[in-house]
Amino acid sequence: MRVITATFAIAAGILVLLGYFIDADALRYIGSLITDWAIIIGAFAALIGIINLIFVHMEKFRTRQTGGIYSVLLVISLIFTTGFGLLLGPENQFMRLAMDAIIVPVESALMAILVITLIYASIRLLRRRVDLMSIIFLVVAILVLILVMPTPVGQLPGAQQLLDFINTFSRGGARGLLLGIALGTLLTGLRVLFGIDRPYGGN
Amino acid sequence: MIALGIVVIIALLFIIFIALRRRSPATLRRIPAFDRLNREIGLAVENGTRLHISLGRGNFFTARGGSALAGLALVRRIAERTSVSDRPPIVTSGDAAITILSQDTSQSGYRAAGAEEQFRVTAGRMTGLSPFAYAAGTIPISRDDNISANIIIGDLGPEAALVAEGADRQDTSLISASDNLTAQSIFYAASQDPLIGEELFASGAYVGAGLSHEESLNVQDVLRWILIVAILGGSLLKLIGLAF
Repeated sequence: MRVITATFAIAAGILVLLGYFIDADALRYIGSLITDWAIIIGAFAALIGIINLIFVHMEKFRTRQTGGIYSVLLVISLIFTTGFGLLLGPENQFMRLAMDAIIVPVESALMAILVITLIYASIRLLRRRVDLMSIIFLVVAILVLILVMPTPVGQLPGAQQLLDFINTFSRGGARGLLLGIALGTLLTGLRVLFGIDRPYGGN
Repeated sequence: MIALGIVVIIALLFIIFIALRRRSPATLRRIPAFDRLNREIGLAVENGTRLHISLGRGNFFTARGGSALAGLALVRRIAERTSVSDRPPIVTSGDAAITILSQDTSQSGYRAAGAEEQFRVTAGRMTGLSPFAYAAGTIPISRDDNISANIIIGDLGPEAALVAEGADRQDTSLISASDNLTAQSIFYAASQDPLIGEELFASGAYVGAGLSHEESLNVQDVLRWILIVAILGGSLLKLIGLAF
């Protein structure tokens, strides 16, 4: 069974990859067909993921773990929202209210916490490790904040030139990192394509 | 066609490197984060604590899937190494397909170690589909599940700061890497030993995932040198007015 799974996975991977590179209608058609199948399977996977979420939280409540009450609240909210969503449709006023009055404000609040968290993490950086790179990181972060800061007299004199100068290094660094990540991704993809790494249940 | 040619050449290079590899152990440069990771794996087994591996929110329909695949290779190896513990690692992600694959990969790890009965399907969890839902679902795990180390490897955005802060509040170790530049800068500020750039893809080699992972690093090194020479050569040609 595992051999069949691996064979299908590798064949599908090679066909989709070839479809990207070779300008042939047949390959393009097969590539898009396999991608469509993957999207459909992905949608069902989301359903399984939600069932998994329910199982995890019910187990948490059943075994009386810390925060079990929140798990119950989550499952009840999920069942109600899904039920109403199926009955009333996503455009219904109640469903919109659930989105606008609960999900959007909660996510906005988390975004606000994020700002404080980032400032706090930066302050503690020098407590974690004091080295040249950490000092450069902090100095540049503070400098950029000062340079982009609105002042009563507009932008500080020479700020744009200094920002451009800093950006030259940050752009270069970012491109270097992205090139490295691209190489890593390529080799990881090749390992999966060769069947060496099998995240789909192989040994 | 040129792109396909490059991929084929890299694939051939990879095969040649594996074929020519001597049986001696690979010499890998020291990366403090991976030293810590190996120490944490051992400590978790000894202390009876869990490891939490977060694979981020990447999915296979975008170019960000590569980091999740690297994370899955790490999950496989960690599951194998912690199979003697009665507290299996918890793997979280923000994508359903990756959650299913993480369960499958963990099971493979336990099977390989001859301890399949230790596998629990609830050890692979989808914590939320949107960035902040994912963070809100992941943070309590560090608090409630007797976690000693958080390993975050994958595609995350700014929500990485909340997850890292959650780990820090519980005084748990944080080993983190991301293919996303925003998350990478957050992890640089938030973790003791940050992993930078392509070091994310070296995780398998450093936890003993095998020959292919080690040779991937060698091929990456060769390609990196080729790129460096090409960039420097291009700059030099432009400098002397021979740009094309």
